[in-house]
Amino acid sequence: MTAALCNLSNMTVRYGGRTALSDVSLNLMAGERLAIVGESGSGKSTFVRALAGLLPRGAICDGQVHWASDQAPRLGRDIGFVFQDASASLNPLLRIGEQVAEGAKRHLGLTWQAAYDHAQALLEQVRIANAPAVMRAYPHQLSGGQRQRVAIAAAIASRPSILIADEATSALDTVVQADIVKLLDELVSKNAMTLLFVTHDIALASNLADRIAVFKHGHLVEIGPVADVLSKPRSSDTQDLIAGHFDLTSPPLIAEVATS
Amino acid sequence: MTLLSVENLRKHYSSGDRDVAAVDGVSFSLSAGETLGIAGASGSGKSTLARLILRLAEPEAGTIHFEGQNWLALQGAKLRGNRARMQMVFQDIHGAFHPTATVGSVLDDPLRIHRIATKKDRPGEIARLLDRVGLAAADAHRPVHQLSGGQRQRVAIARAISTRPSLIVLDEAVSALDVQVRNRILKLLVELQREQGISYLFISHDLAVLRAVSHRLAIMDTGRIVEYGRTTDMIDSPQSAAGHALVSAVPRLTLAGRPKNTV
Repeated sequence: MTAALCNLSNMTVRYGGRTALSDVSLNLMAGERLAIVGESGSGKSTFVRALAGLLPRGAICDGQVHWASDQAPRLGRDIGFVFQDASASLNPLLRIGEQVAEGAKRHLGLTWQAAYDHAQALLEQVRIANAPAVMRAYPHQLSGGQRQRVAIAAAIASRPSILIADEATSALDTVVQADIVKLLDELVSKNAMTLLFVTHDIALASNLADRIAVFKHGHLVEIGPVADVLSKPRSSDTQDLIAGHFDLTSPPLIAEVATS
Repeated sequence: MTLLSVENLRKHYSSGDRDVAAVDGVSFSLSAGETLGIAGASGSGKSTLARLILRLAEPEAGTIHFEGQNWLALQGAKLRGNRARMQMVFQDIHGAFHPTATVGSVLDDPLRIHRIATKKDRPGEIARLLDRVGLAAADAHRPVHQLSGGQRQRVAIARAISTRPSLIVLDEAVSALDVQVRNRILKLLVELQREQGISYLFISHDLAVLRAVSHRLAIMDTGRIVEYGRTTDMIDSPQSAAGHALVSAVPRLTLAGRPKNTV
């Protein structure tokens, strides 16, 4: 039986006069994979940022967050965060090795040498080919998919118990996206992490998560196990997301034409 | 009727001491009113191909015939005049507009430059274009930067159809949009094609999107077309490694949830 890692009640976030998140309550279970699904502007990023303590200055956050542990998890130490834009989340002037090693040195109390060794092992774990060479490279020398692998390595460098991926695969092509999703799946299983996976793609959520939380206009409209939410959606917003999904079995928008 | 035919197109880029064949001998044809999907992973040469066809980059070898003309032979004023016939919509909904432009000014420029409508008639034509893409005539006064992503892409489409082109090159035009907005934009594009007989060269890494809108499909890998044929046939039985990878990468809705971990 899993225990609640965190109880959130009545969380509301305002930016200036605009309410981005409205009265959200949910329990995050230890070791679960929770997908946060919704359209642009639904509040899904605001929700995970509020949870991680990453809201911008000036944001007003109300409500209670009660962590089961004595001490609230610390961002970077206990919570790893992977953003959509890997090129913006890596420092362009630092070599890859230093960026990945930094979290390990700071949070695990390793020496630089040990942190570098740890970083190289992490790069191998996220399946970066030729890790020793990539350790010395700068972010601009890597492809988008490689940069996202490095960002994941940096996020897990301090062995966090919670990993938050905020649209971490949305900027990648579908082939690279499938690889990164597989990698996240393996890493989360192997390291027994709790995963919060933010996406606008309900199909992607269904492949990776145990539970799905659907957000719309800042409200949590539905939460439950994947099978329940997808086969018996209670909210019309969830139904819209499911109906809007198309894959290789959906009817095409165009009629078949005879090609000359 | 063949609208566009491309033969053996080539383009290399040098980066440092590396020489990369971005487009390495590509040939295809496109009929009037038809959509050809170009699929491929990042770095497969799709965008370079788009830029060559749009004459935003010059190929080293190969030929392009468009509307019966030797498209690569056109230069200067002749090329600029003919650009009205071939339009483009790109992925970057922020970079596609002048940062201080209003919706009206974005649409006024092509109508004026290509002499589509007189000064007196342009406001009416702008209103008609906005209405056609699902925006309001009053939106003409709004700065583009105030619009949402989906609205911006509608403005980009209105701009593309303003010169009454026969071909629009769409390079990842719906990739930055979320699912609901994406579906509405795809429907709009299909309607416009039905009404006006426009052809699309539709570039995407997402086979589910291409399957929805493309009559035929070409799969690119390292600068070459490795598969080419009817969309449904190719997706049902891909022959190339790149085709297999693209088909298996499409996320499927797993109604029962993921298989339980055995770890």
